[in-house]
Amino acid sequence: MNIDLIFRIASIGILLGVLHTVLVKAGKEEFAYITTLVGVVIVFGMVIGLISRLFDDIKNLFQLY
Amino acid sequence: MEVIQIVSIGIVATVLVVLLRQSNRNEFALLVSLITGIVIFTIILDKIEYVVETLNNLSRNTNIEFTYFSTILKIIGIAYIVEFGAQISRDAGENAIASKIELGGKVIIMVLAMPILLALMNLIIKILP
Repeated sequence: MNIDLIFRIASIGILLGVLHTVLVKAGKEEFAYITTLVGVVIVFGMVIGLISRLFDDIKNLFQLY
Repeated sequence: MEVIQIVSIGIVATVLVVLLRQSNRNEFALLVSLITGIVIFTIILDKIEYVVETLNNLSRNTNIEFTYFSTILKIIGIAYIVEFGAQISRDAGENAIASKIELGGKVIIMVLAMPILLALMNLIIKILP
């Protein structure tokens, strides 16, 4: 399993945090909120793929059909 | 050794989660802790596979009813998934959701354990004079 996934998601989170503050300082609150939302949706899409793979592994392992 | 790998991943992920929470990105902190749980589980997956295989062979040699053993295995799997989900939501501060997940898991395990209970009852009734 690739450990860099943890770092990728954490870096996206930090970047979005910084972007959010920058945009808020620039006076575009709604734009900042939208970008954070898009970031969360993208990352969540990746995470859901991993969760379904984990549950498939558990299903095969414990014969949970 | 996997142990060192697991511990280092856990520590690094904890630092990242604290960093994310501090810059009030709680949703990403939750996602990072979720991903860490998945990564650590996939590391130990083949170890659990080995344990399950040996238990399988053991139960087959001692001609125990195989359905009981597979039910036990299912219950362990369900317990692990329920625990995984409940801890994630408890981590995010949602104790109500966590207890609902646990309630659902308990009900499903109860349903799975019912046949064994009935078999036990029949056995006891047969033994009694």
